[in-house]
Amino acid sequence: MTGTKIKENFQDQIFLTFNRIVLCFVLLIVAYPLMYIVSASVSNPAAVNSGAMWLLPVDFTLEGYERVFGDSRIWRGYRNTLFYTVVGTLINLAVTLPAAYAMARKDFVGRNFFMAMFVITMFFSGGLIPTYLLVKSLGLVNSPWALLLPNAAAVWNIIICRTFFQVTIPQELEEAAKMDGCSVTKMFFKIVLPLSAPIIAVMALFYGVGHWNSYFNALIYLTDREWFPLQLVLRQILVLQEIGSELSGAVNGEAAANKEQIAAIIKYAVIIIATLPIIVIYPFMQRFFVKGVMIGSIKG
Amino acid sequence: MKQNRQSQWKKALQTWQLYIFILPAFLYFLIFHYFPMYGVLIAFKNYVPTMGVWGSEWVGFQHFTDFFDSYYFWDLIRNTLGISLYSLALGFPLPILLALSLNEVKDSIFKRTVQTVTYAPHFISVVVMSGMIIAFLSPSTGMVNHFLGLFGIGPISFMTEPGWFKTVFVMSDVWQNTGWGTIIYLAALAGVDPQRHEAAIVDGATRLQRIWYINIPALIPTMIILLILNTGNLLAVGFEKILLLQNSLNMESSDVIATFVYRVGLLDAQYSFSAAVGLFNALINAALLIAVNQISKKVSETSLW
Repeated sequence: MTGTKIKENFQDQIFLTFNRIVLCFVLLIVAYPLMYIVSASVSNPAAVNSGAMWLLPVDFTLEGYERVFGDSRIWRGYRNTLFYTVVGTLINLAVTLPAAYAMARKDFVGRNFFMAMFVITMFFSGGLIPTYLLVKSLGLVNSPWALLLPNAAAVWNIIICRTFFQVTIPQELEEAAKMDGCSVTKMFFKIVLPLSAPIIAVMALFYGVGHWNSYFNALIYLTDREWFPLQLVLRQILVLQEIGSELSGAVNGEAAANKEQIAAIIKYAVIIIATLPIIVIYPFMQRFFVKGVMIGSIKG
Repeated sequence: MKQNRQSQWKKALQTWQLYIFILPAFLYFLIFHYFPMYGVLIAFKNYVPTMGVWGSEWVGFQHFTDFFDSYYFWDLIRNTLGISLYSLALGFPLPILLALSLNEVKDSIFKRTVQTVTYAPHFISVVVMSGMIIAFLSPSTGMVNHFLGLFGIGPISFMTEPGWFKTVFVMSDVWQNTGWGTIIYLAALAGVDPQRHEAAIVDGATRLQRIWYINIPALIPTMIILLILNTGNLLAVGFEKILLLQNSLNMESSDVIATFVYRVGLLDAQYSFSAAVGLFNALINAALLIAVNQISKKVSETSLW
């Protein structure tokens, strides 16, 4: 900190100013599209389509949101995604945390074997087709389990947790507990887990966001629309541009002409609604996310 | 030796509960990762579902030679490598530059604002991201073409002109992930010994000189590890996003090995052929990873293993 006391010389001042301008420019490039979507979702679609709306909402309207909330596909998708996210994350934690704890223990005979077994899968896999055939032969196709079981754990997250346990749970504590006749299970539930709230939060967030955002497994394993997660519904609306009569309203002549206009406003509203939960928790959770990435990077 | 083994057994017995702890993960990897590796055998067979993996008839390298001889083979290789290298060329250095630049900012509110905003797009789902790209790039209603229109350019139909596909794909990735990519580099920069900077300041070094001679060398080990990891994924490029952005008009430049495997394997149900293509892809990936790791071991003594 003593360095900052010295007055910056002229060359450095130019550099710092230039640096700041560049960063402001970066900020603008990232923030502008985000701002644009928010404004577009509550603006008159005609203004958005013609380019008259460029930053702040024009002719404020909540019509897009009304239509989206009136669509049963969105509600069902939301409900399903919520289910996949909650149950999926619980399964992830139930698999990841105990495995990571076992591998963090120095007295665990065979830890190198298990580690090698897990890490190999990061670099080599059977690929899409054999995995699909396996899931099919297990009878999981068109079942919600197809979205939960094939992603029950991630190697990288197990490594992050193992590192966390190694760094934060002192070996002495373990030995003392053992002396007092504490079993491994009791040790894990009574001592390790209560000390591990930060890493559990990080894991829940990593896995949770993953479940919330995933679409590909649903695309290949599900055909029954009843079980579609939100992202698959979004794919229909945003990518395949299937707006559907429920969203676009009546089918008379005027409505048909309006369809493209309405499609636009619905798209922006749907983007906001689908991303809202993550946007809401993001500011609170940002430091956890960052911490998770850093724990992972310290030790391989 | 004998005694040692005995004590190992004793230790294992004492901590038997740990094996129950690892059991779910063990079963998960065995079933969902190792079993498909066995299933890859169908690449050398004519897989018939009723006969199973083992019962189907062997055809050797037939599917591989069919793939190499097919007319789309070189297009797929060109697109896959093209998109990967393009992504690497921009996506790899930009987070480093942003981290170096952020590291020079001492005003913590400004720094935190830039970080919070640039991390945020990382959490947008790939479907929403693709939807945004398609909406923004629309020739008639998209904001990018409105903007270009101010300079008398366009309208450009980005999504249907094959020439634009790779740029659209890479630029949107850069927009989404550059901020997030800075985290590891910022952590590495925070670990630089402040005394080295103080010494350099006393010697009259400018900021640029300090970045060049102190900060960048400090980042090199992190850079190499990330470069190796990225290389391993070279052929597995953002497959999900490509699949979403692909359409019949841009197919010529957007079809990569992974999307081809999906289309041929799952949509056309040519399981064996598609598994062979997927295996070819995975082998090249693994070979590249090993090669880069070896080179880096020789040149810089930093490696994954």
